[in-house]
Amino acid sequence: MDIVLAITVGGLYAAGIYMMLRRSVVKLLVGLGLLSHAANLLLFTAGGVVRGRPPLVPEGETVPFGLVADPLPQALILTAIVISFAVLAFALVLIYRAVQTVETDDLHQLKATDQ
Amino acid sequence: MNLLLIFPIVIPLATMAILLLAWKSLRIQRVLGVAGSLLSLVAATTLLIAVREHGILVLNVGDWPAPFGITLVADLLSSIMVMLASVMGVAVSIYAFRMIDDARADFGFYPVFHLLLMGVCGAFLTGDLFNLYVWFEVMLISSFVLMALGGERAQLEGAIKYVTLNLISSAVFLAAIGVLYAAMGTLNMADVALKLRSFHDADIASALSMLFLIAFGTKAAVFPLFFWLPASYHTPPAAVSAIFAGLLTKVGVYALIRAFTLLFVEDTEFTHTLLLVVAALTMVTGVLGAMAQNEIRRILSFHIVSQIGYMLMGLAINTTLALAGSIFYIIHHIVVKTNLFLIGGIIEHRLGSGRLDRVGGLFRTAPLLSVLFFISAMSLAGIPPLSGFFAKLTLIRSGLDAESYAIVITALGVSLLTLFSMTKIWSESFWKRSPVSDPLEQWSKNALTRQERISLYSPTVMLAAITIGIGVMAAPVMNLSIEAAEQLLNPDFYINSVLGEDAR
Repeated sequence: MDIVLAITVGGLYAAGIYMMLRRSVVKLLVGLGLLSHAANLLLFTAGGVVRGRPPLVPEGETVPFGLVADPLPQALILTAIVISFAVLAFALVLIYRAVQTVETDDLHQLKATDQ
Repeated sequence: MNLLLIFPIVIPLATMAILLLAWKSLRIQRVLGVAGSLLSLVAATTLLIAVREHGILVLNVGDWPAPFGITLVADLLSSIMVMLASVMGVAVSIYAFRMIDDARADFGFYPVFHLLLMGVCGAFLTGDLFNLYVWFEVMLISSFVLMALGGERAQLEGAIKYVTLNLISSAVFLAAIGVLYAAMGTLNMADVALKLRSFHDADIASALSMLFLIAFGTKAAVFPLFFWLPASYHTPPAAVSAIFAGLLTKVGVYALIRAFTLLFVEDTEFTHTLLLVVAALTMVTGVLGAMAQNEIRRILSFHIVSQIGYMLMGLAINTTLALAGSIFYIIHHIVVKTNLFLIGGIIEHRLGSGRLDRVGGLFRTAPLLSVLFFISAMSLAGIPPLSGFFAKLTLIRSGLDAESYAIVITALGVSLLTLFSMTKIWSESFWKRSPVSDPLEQWSKNALTRQERISLYSPTVMLAAITIGIGVMAAPVMNLSIEAAEQLLNPDFYINSVLGEDAR
């Protein structure tokens, strides 16, 4: 399972970076989305994927025994997903406005602030 | 006592909530905004005094013990940074009275501004890496809104670059957190620092340090990763770019200092040499970029990049004096740079442009503004007895002590070039004859009412006074910086305060 996830993460990173290197702002946004999903999946994979039980502490004990799933990476990813959705939604609106104002979706035309 | 830690975060949050309730009335929003930032200033001052008296303060949120729950930690560096953030909050929220037009304020400038302050203070105070990521995002999303608010063409273009680069660095940061969690099984900074000491795999440790260097370095705008900054910082209104210039890159610098004094201290041969090279290149490229520009706020944006190099220089040399120099430099820089942007904003507002070929003769038309600008510019260039001189002196002295002469020569050369480009702004906009035939008429065309004058000039006068104050009373500030540096160089203080004495 780790191998599959590792390849998926690598593929998402590659696709994300490829999309960001294209000239269109819309593709830039798609690339950003892929990149943030890749980072989330990386966090998930690195946290350790196991076929464990839920991390419940039996009555009278202080720690769960046996093989349990680590809840922390999932909690982290949940936060990260929420944040990345919010940011992507903002970026979508920003790009929509920018395309309306600048009247092009070509990144090479966005040079007014560099001169 | 430890509840003091929560106030710098809760006060801006509460202010934001109240401002949202007062959505319909801009007048109430403005007054309450200033009141909120004054209250934050009080909280930050109390925190700084308490930390200085009692040492590092720790608050376990929700009463979960340290490595499991989220911990808020205030050592001297964090509380100095929180203090500076709230001083800038006060200055800019007064300045924004006049400089933020009603259209922008209608779309919620004031609530978002306080959200930004909350994110910045949270990032300074947290003791947990994932929590740091969350505060970074709070800060970033509010800065995105501030950057794009108003929807002018230049703003939107700048915002696209700013948003993209910051999102990429967030993705790198998140990946670094994932790898770190896989390797260490913890995200509490003190716990990570402890586990990294006995960590066997040096390769993974170096890979991690580089991931964090890229993530924080992008936010701090260091050498190869700074292009988003000069492309975007001059586009929003002056009040916004002033708070960005003062605070946002410094959050990146703060995170770098935290990472490379607390976490990655094992392989300093590799990491700190790299930091030294990055510092030198950042200084040089920034100042060269500044010399090529012809617009006041663009020149100043490039100078931010150049001065990040000085802050990294102290971190890279990694002695008490050097780190104290870095901290002093940050204190000085935040005050001076914010002030220069505020003054640049006033010039742009009165003359309608910040391009050097369209302004001129300000020395005659606006003597007070000239004096204020002169103080800040000379302080930035490092002329005694202003604050920048002591900051640079300390750094150069520590560089000589550490016998890294190359960086000392670079720093001195860059200082000279900084002076050159500040005099360029000075002679072009203040001494040169005005390009229009009747400068006084042009100046009074956008005349200010008395209230507007107070709102624009009082923050700049206050910040200029602070610059002079730091210069005249350099000794107490330097002592504070040295104390903070000593805390940083003994990570045991930090680890013991967070995890308890019996941690290992």
